[in-house]
Amino acid sequence: MARRSQGWQFIASKLGLYILIFWAAITLNFIIPRLMPGNPASALMAKSQGKMPPSALKALEDAFGINTHVSLWRQYLGYLRNTVTGHMGISFTNFPVPVAKVIGEMLPWTLFLIGLSTIIAFFIGNILGLYSAWRRGGKIADALPVAFTVISAMPYFWIALALLYFLGFSLNWFPISHAIGSNIKAGWNFQSIGSVIDHATLPAFSIVVTSMGGWMMQMRNNLISILSHDYVQLAQMKGLPEPEVMRNYGARNAMLPVLTSFAMSLGFVVGGAVLVEDVFNYPGIGYALVEAVGNSDYPLMQGIFLIIVSAVLLANLIVDLLYTFLDPRIRRA
Amino acid sequence: MTTQTAIQNSTVAVRSSTRRRWRVPQLSPKAWVGLCIIVLFVLVALLAPVIAPGDPTAETFIPDQPPSGQNLLGTTALGQDVFSQVVWGARDSLLVSFVAGFLSTFISVLVGITAGFLGGWPDRILSFLISIFLVIPGLPLLIVLSSYVPSKGEWVTIAVLAVTGWAWGARTLRSQVLTLREHDYVLHAQLVGQRWYSIVFGEILPNMASLVVNNLLFAMIGALLAEAGLDFLGLGNVTAVSWGTMLYWAQNNAALINGLWWWFIPPGLAITIYGGGLALLNFSLDEITNPRLRKRRVRVRVKG
Repeated sequence: MARRSQGWQFIASKLGLYILIFWAAITLNFIIPRLMPGNPASALMAKSQGKMPPSALKALEDAFGINTHVSLWRQYLGYLRNTVTGHMGISFTNFPVPVAKVIGEMLPWTLFLIGLSTIIAFFIGNILGLYSAWRRGGKIADALPVAFTVISAMPYFWIALALLYFLGFSLNWFPISHAIGSNIKAGWNFQSIGSVIDHATLPAFSIVVTSMGGWMMQMRNNLISILSHDYVQLAQMKGLPEPEVMRNYGARNAMLPVLTSFAMSLGFVVGGAVLVEDVFNYPGIGYALVEAVGNSDYPLMQGIFLIIVSAVLLANLIVDLLYTFLDPRIRRA
Repeated sequence: MTTQTAIQNSTVAVRSSTRRRWRVPQLSPKAWVGLCIIVLFVLVALLAPVIAPGDPTAETFIPDQPPSGQNLLGTTALGQDVFSQVVWGARDSLLVSFVAGFLSTFISVLVGITAGFLGGWPDRILSFLISIFLVIPGLPLLIVLSSYVPSKGEWVTIAVLAVTGWAWGARTLRSQVLTLREHDYVLHAQLVGQRWYSIVFGEILPNMASLVVNNLLFAMIGALLAEAGLDFLGLGNVTAVSWGTMLYWAQNNAALINGLWWWFIPPGLAITIYGGGLALLNFSLDEITNPRLRKRRVRVRVKG
């Protein structure tokens, strides 16, 4: 019983921490536009005078603290209430569509593209990492980490540009923008799914190539330190077949920290590849963020930032929960 | 073999082994390649007026020309020389990666050591700060921050990069300080009544120097890539010449659709080579700090 209550205590303290972080993030979101000299929203207001109904302008004034006699504290409380209840305001560029709806339309595309790329990069990277740790000393196994160290220092949006130019534009093998053919309606049929995959190939490839190096290095370093432990050497001395040692003694123990960072990286999926989405005009959250910045659509920007932070926090919380049940040491710490 | 030569051989061996000890840290070929790349780029940045004289933004050439003897890397759609832009762009990109890298490492060291060394309430507050900045994703925060800043310039980018980039390093350094603080020599220093600054600067900092350098190189790569990304989105100073803004202008003038590959390939390649140099150096430093990752050397026994 005592142990169980410690587990709950751990979860409660983590939950408290994440609520605090969430609060800090939304407070940043509130403070930053107000701190900047010449409130950026007021310039926008002047521009949209007459184009928007007065009620929308009023809502904007409230959201950004312009022409208002309400005290900062009251503004803040109102902002907190709106955020918690999911009222993120109205997007200027897509007027009068609410921010929540814009995000709702963009989110599935990002989850699909970046989520899938993250999973592919995770698997390929880990397999390469296992290989390069196990066959250490071999030519390919030792060249892999060096190659990927250099590759992960490449700007991934530039790889995206190069792929787009050579494979998409010059050779015309793949479509160069959007997520689906313009004359195809999204749905669960072969034509539509084929078109979606066709459109996702190049952006996914540029993300996978630049991000799998990280997975590889982590797995490699983990496995190398694990293989130097006594129990692995004992297993080898007992004469167990090498593949079995590698699988049951090496890889299995190297997996736990890797799984943790995998779960965390899923949180970064939502805000993960802003630049690739921008290069390919892929209609996801990152593309929406860049568009919002370009059009000074501050409510949309705030909303997107919020959704990105929430995703990361959620993933971290899930990791902590899983860990509490998987690794008993945590509960006692 | 006579005894004479055997003795000579052994003294040679002894001498070379002592000499090797003085060459610490012994750099691997990878590290040398990385170091040479970095030095080369620094030289290019410093000597830009000699290598590519004249204003890199001057629109004095025939537009849209592929690489030729006159324009080594061709010309832009505006008739600018791409080669001279790549050379001058090194200044901006190197400046940002060095200064932002050093600044954010400085913050990491300051926060990490303070939190780890003091413990207690300062540690709790700083750790909370670290977890906030760890969890908030960097690039979106960068984009949002720089879109609010009215005046654009390298220094704004540097400040934003330093503010958003220190958390990871601070966490690593903090946990290292926590371990080091328990070591005997630190306890000893405390027992004999040394002041906190002499413990921090005399005992703790020297023992995590490699970690700090590691951190610095990581921060420099991060700053380089993040600056390129921001400039590419047009959130930096678009009138300055940097590798990122070159990509921005190439994209905005439809360099891809018009087949001007020589406009957007070179700046990205420059980022890749310079970033790769930093990464190689970091990789081999990792091997020095973490002996397990080092190549297993075959020891040849000396025959008596």
